[in-house]
Amino acid sequence: MAHSHDHHVAADGGAAQRKVIWKTFWILLILTAFEFLIAFTMAHGTLRITIFVLMTIVKAFYIVGEFMHLRHETKSLIWAITIPTVLLIWFVVALIVEGAYFFEEINIFKFRN
Amino acid sequence: MASTITTTNGEPKLWLGGVEPMKASYGKLMMWFFLLSDTFTFGAFLVSYGLIRYSYPAYSGDVADFTFSNLYWPIPEKVFASVPFLHGVYLPLVFVGIMTFILIFSSVTMVLAVEAGNRKDRAGVQKWLLWTLLGGITFLSCQAWEWSHFIHGTEEGTVITELVNNQWIERTIYGANLIENQYGPVAFADLFFFITGFHGFHVSIGVSLLFLVFYRTATGFYDRRGSYEMVEKVGLYWHFVDLVWVFVFTFFYLV
Repeated sequence: MAHSHDHHVAADGGAAQRKVIWKTFWILLILTAFEFLIAFTMAHGTLRITIFVLMTIVKAFYIVGEFMHLRHETKSLIWAITIPTVLLIWFVVALIVEGAYFFEEINIFKFRN
Repeated sequence: MASTITTTNGEPKLWLGGVEPMKASYGKLMMWFFLLSDTFTFGAFLVSYGLIRYSYPAYSGDVADFTFSNLYWPIPEKVFASVPFLHGVYLPLVFVGIMTFILIFSSVTMVLAVEAGNRKDRAGVQKWLLWTLLGGITFLSCQAWEWSHFIHGTEEGTVITELVNNQWIERTIYGANLIENQYGPVAFADLFFFITGFHGFHVSIGVSLLFLVFYRTATGFYDRRGSYEMVEKVGLYWHFVDLVWVFVFTFFYLV
């Protein structure tokens, strides 16, 4: 029974892992601070949106990879989680493009102020 | 991570994590797949948001001249520009920035609790779980204030013109609900309530789970069981909630 559910605790008592955790925290904090900087200094437009989306994906990579430990799981688990997610992102992008089409061609929403 | 779970007479259990596909225990694997299905739910919200957002015209004028109107989608930094106790001060996105920081920090304390659990360090798990609970509760309180402010609106309100009995009449509306919105199109408020509300609902479930694992840690339940894996599973859920917020923050407040 004693060996059941043993996590392999590193020889240093997990000090290296704690270091990685705090490093990840600083990366996330700096990325978020940088997003704020862009929000107030850059003109609205496609480039700005692209930067925001890319930074969000980088943040997601660190949260899922390090905090949720997915980077260190087996390959089959990594793929089982990422492939459906990537397909979902494709779906989101496709529907945003459709939304722009609604606006330009159909304009189903009527306005008057 | 874990090796095989055995029954009391030493035979490997075939279910409940006895045999581990993908080298993850049954509970962890199911948590991963639950989170994947939850990703689809939030993905559906994101799809609806993206489609509706881009079927409205964007505000095209100068940012400084921006006024609220239901003719175009509002600039988020103009809508979310208030901080509690600083009435009338224009502080764009400051409060939501604080909320984001709180949630990211609570994710760090959560992963530190999981790490302490791996070493079966009960005091460490307790300490970090308490910090995480504090972060979660603070976030929920911030969101409650944010909703309240959003619902009550600004002092001046927005004057709208509407057709009533074949006559155009002017009326001032304050704040937003599901059928009226002073900040922009009604759909903007609807999406705000649904998306941040659904996320807040997840946070409150997370806080309840954190209470449970904190109680069980403090009473020595996981020491008797010989495993702190439940902390790890709740941790996965908590990080997912943080992850969703990262996306909500980008798409609702920044873009």
